[in-house]
Amino acid sequence: MSVVRNVELAPPSSRRGLAVLFPGANRWRVPLSVLTLCILPWVLPSQALAVNVLIYGLLAVGYNLLFGYTGLLSFGHAAFFGAGAYATGIAIGTFGVNWFVAMVVGLAVAGFLATIMGMLAIRTRGIYFSMVTLALSQLVYYTALQASSWTGGENGLRGFTVSTLSFPGFSLNFLDPLVKYYAITIVVALALWFVSRALNSPFGAVIEAIRENETRARACGYNVERTKLLSFVLSGILCGLAGTLSAMHLSIVPLDSLHYQTSGLIVMMTLLGGAGSFFGPFIGALAFLLMEDIFSLWTTNWQLIVGVIFILFVLYLPKGIWGTLISWGKGR
Amino acid sequence: MTVQLIAMQLFSGLALGAILIMVALGLSIIFGMLGIVNFAHGALFMVGAYAGLYVAGLTGSFWWALVLAPVLIGLFGMLIERFLIRPLYGRSPDDPLLLTFGLGYVLVEAVRILFGTDGIPFSTPAALRGVVNLGIGFFPLYRLFVIGVVLAVLLLLWLGLERTKFGLIVRAGSADPLIMRVLGVDISKLWLVVFGIGVGITALGGVLAAPMRNVSPEMGTLVLAEAFVVTVIGGMGSLAGAVIAGLIVGVAVSMTSLFAPEMATIVMFALMALILLVRPNGLYGRAAPGL
Repeated sequence: MSVVRNVELAPPSSRRGLAVLFPGANRWRVPLSVLTLCILPWVLPSQALAVNVLIYGLLAVGYNLLFGYTGLLSFGHAAFFGAGAYATGIAIGTFGVNWFVAMVVGLAVAGFLATIMGMLAIRTRGIYFSMVTLALSQLVYYTALQASSWTGGENGLRGFTVSTLSFPGFSLNFLDPLVKYYAITIVVALALWFVSRALNSPFGAVIEAIRENETRARACGYNVERTKLLSFVLSGILCGLAGTLSAMHLSIVPLDSLHYQTSGLIVMMTLLGGAGSFFGPFIGALAFLLMEDIFSLWTTNWQLIVGVIFILFVLYLPKGIWGTLISWGKGR
Repeated sequence: MTVQLIAMQLFSGLALGAILIMVALGLSIIFGMLGIVNFAHGALFMVGAYAGLYVAGLTGSFWWALVLAPVLIGLFGMLIERFLIRPLYGRSPDDPLLLTFGLGYVLVEAVRILFGTDGIPFSTPAALRGVVNLGIGFFPLYRLFVIGVVLAVLLLLWLGLERTKFGLIVRAGSADPLIMRVLGVDISKLWLVVFGIGVGITALGGVLAAPMRNVSPEMGTLVLAEAFVVTVIGGMGSLAGAVIAGLIVGVAVSMTSLFAPEMATIVMFALMALILLVRPNGLYGRAAPGL
């Protein structure tokens, strides 16, 4: 499957590329990424944009674990993003639990949904997988639309706000934009550290082996189905985490966050930045949101420009921005 | 709940199934022959409906729209194959999928610019208004007409594929492109034509659906999901599979809306999940390529 491009995208080679640019970059990739994220609110046009880069970047990082590293093109990850967001919102709004419990609930619901969807989708292969994930996520979308007494239906979920993050002994004012930004950065940093550890573990090696050659991975004795499912669930939980952060940030969960167009957005961001690279998804989210920010000042039809740019990337730069930079670094 | 009511609902299920077959056919043909999942399918369906609207506005006749719009959009589809998809042959099977997804995005925005963001009503042609008494109840004439067109398209496709030299070459080309090239057949021309036909049929579906569904830039999003459900249940690339799956889904949706209306949109996805548990490649499917 997709031997040619996947070899080009292979992280082992891209890591070698990074190592040429900065020796030891692989070991320092989490601190370097977090440092970059800490600077964002001071260099981007607005802090609102910076928060979005954090949340969508995390979403793309979670998605990249499945698409970039395991080689499974899912078109249904909006389901986990939305499920995390809805579960957090409902936990706070309806049941009045505190923010930490609400986040845990969000992750649990996203993980549960990912387990069920994963068990169904992993039975299929290749492009069937993309279609099945899309159709199953639309099932979630229509279920949320029908269960309007819980989810608010078409109007989205409203009526919950997180104004302070209370810890034992102290509390943070979550309404202050900068406090909010850095609080979310801490969560994202933890998630990045987790992803980095997972990729460096034997599990990380096995998912890349499955992407490169599933038959050979199976012949080597790895349980391909279980590994794929684990990757699917981890990826879903990370996307769910992005959803819980989005719900706490916006105090509203739009119904569209479950729609497959959102899944498409995640795919586009990941591919723009560079699937299969560690920091690429953040670059992709940043590039996408910056384009939206800039083009939407000129025209309401900014999606036309973004769509054309995406098509050009698929045709001419399938490694994405970061992946292309890395391979240049390697070439020199 | 009389027998008559159930019979009527069964029949509208079959009619809905005919529309779903029409919705899924273009996707299934392009996949079956070229091995490409066309994610712009929904958008092209919508573009077909708008093209029908435009032609009907120019000529004042639904019949011209029914003939001209699919031809025009089919030619447009050939341009897409030639300049966007052809460079991707030989690369990962994910690449055409991603590209057509981006294309769908662009087409929806382009239609918003050209025709506005609001839905446009498309009236049923005068000759096809009204209802017909079927003996078990009254049924809209237009829906019967759609069933007829779908049957005609299916018959033409079957004759074209099974009874003509061109169909023979297409089937051989989809079975083994390499051997066909060795035998001196220009396979890229073949794929160009097949892609054009697939897109044309998709556009025809759009024109036919226009009087039943509101014509809006977003009408393609549901279509894409529906087409996926039908092709996944039937088995990708199988025409017989698409027909049977379309009818099963149509009847299932129709029956559900009789007993539990709020579940009607959900049932087709649940049905797909169920079929996948039993047959991961669909009812008539072959294994996905690329693995």
